[in-house]
Amino acid sequence: MSLTKTERTIIVSMWAKISTQADTIGTETLERLFLSHPQTKTYFPHFDLHPGSAQLRAHGSKVVAAVGDAVKSIDNIGGALSKLSELHAYILRVDPVNFKLLSHCLLVNLAARFPADFTAEAHAAWDKFLSVVSSVLTEKYR
Amino acid sequence: MVHFTAEEKAAVTSLWSKMNVEEAGGEALGRLLVVYPWTQRFFDSFGNLSSPSAILGNPKVKAHGKKVLTSFGDAIKNMDNLKTTFAKLSELHCDKLHVDPENFKLLGNVMVIILATHFGKEFTPEVQAAWQKLVSAVAIALAHKYH
Repeated sequence: MSLTKTERTIIVSMWAKISTQADTIGTETLERLFLSHPQTKTYFPHFDLHPGSAQLRAHGSKVVAAVGDAVKSIDNIGGALSKLSELHAYILRVDPVNFKLLSHCLLVNLAARFPADFTAEAHAAWDKFLSVVSSVLTEKYR
Repeated sequence: MVHFTAEEKAAVTSLWSKMNVEEAGGEALGRLLVVYPWTQRFFDSFGNLSSPSAILGNPKVKAHGKKVLTSFGDAIKNMDNLKTTFAKLSELHCDKLHVDPENFKLLGNVMVIILATHFGKEFTPEVQAAWQKLVSAVAIALAHKYH
């Protein structure tokens, strides 16, 4: 599965807007994930997961920054996220189903913040893009 | 059986009361067909589904979307009794329509995203969680009679 030129253009242009709210988007995405899918909290027993916690904010920023890296290297997501892919495969070992859950919560966040931009076409492009990112992050699992 | 708290029921019913079910239904089904094109497999008789604008403007998509979302309204009136409420529809989707229950999850998530576009800030993480619980429970109820 690879992104068309149109899809890449949609992602890159929306990212310009998204990046101005990157940190809050990251934090809120994680909040949404933990509230809607509480089982995902099992990966963070060492975190204070109360809304607004410093750890949540830091981790949210990290996650969104990684998405940003993928956007900036949208022609070579595999290369851009290679180290992160190894981290998830050998250290974190997050079950692959959770990437869909996180992706969905990010999409909900984007839809709520940028409703005019989040057309059906943009929704499709973002869903596909995050699906590619998820594949890259799980491709070394076995 | 899934139990919804008073807060969860309030989160669901308050947004539902503000929705234009007819429009939202068309949007939800349309987005499903755009974002997950393989779901078009169930709708060969719908005519032109060749592009996002064709899909979203397609009158059959709008009509069917309205039907689907109106039925979802029954779920909201019967949140404590979803399996019974959807027993007949479940049999229909299995025996006559042959729909993989995975599609119920896809549609549920598309609906959540549409709610987010309509309600913005009001669609808080807590409100989303209530809706995720509902769409998941409806998906399970619709799959319950599969055999």
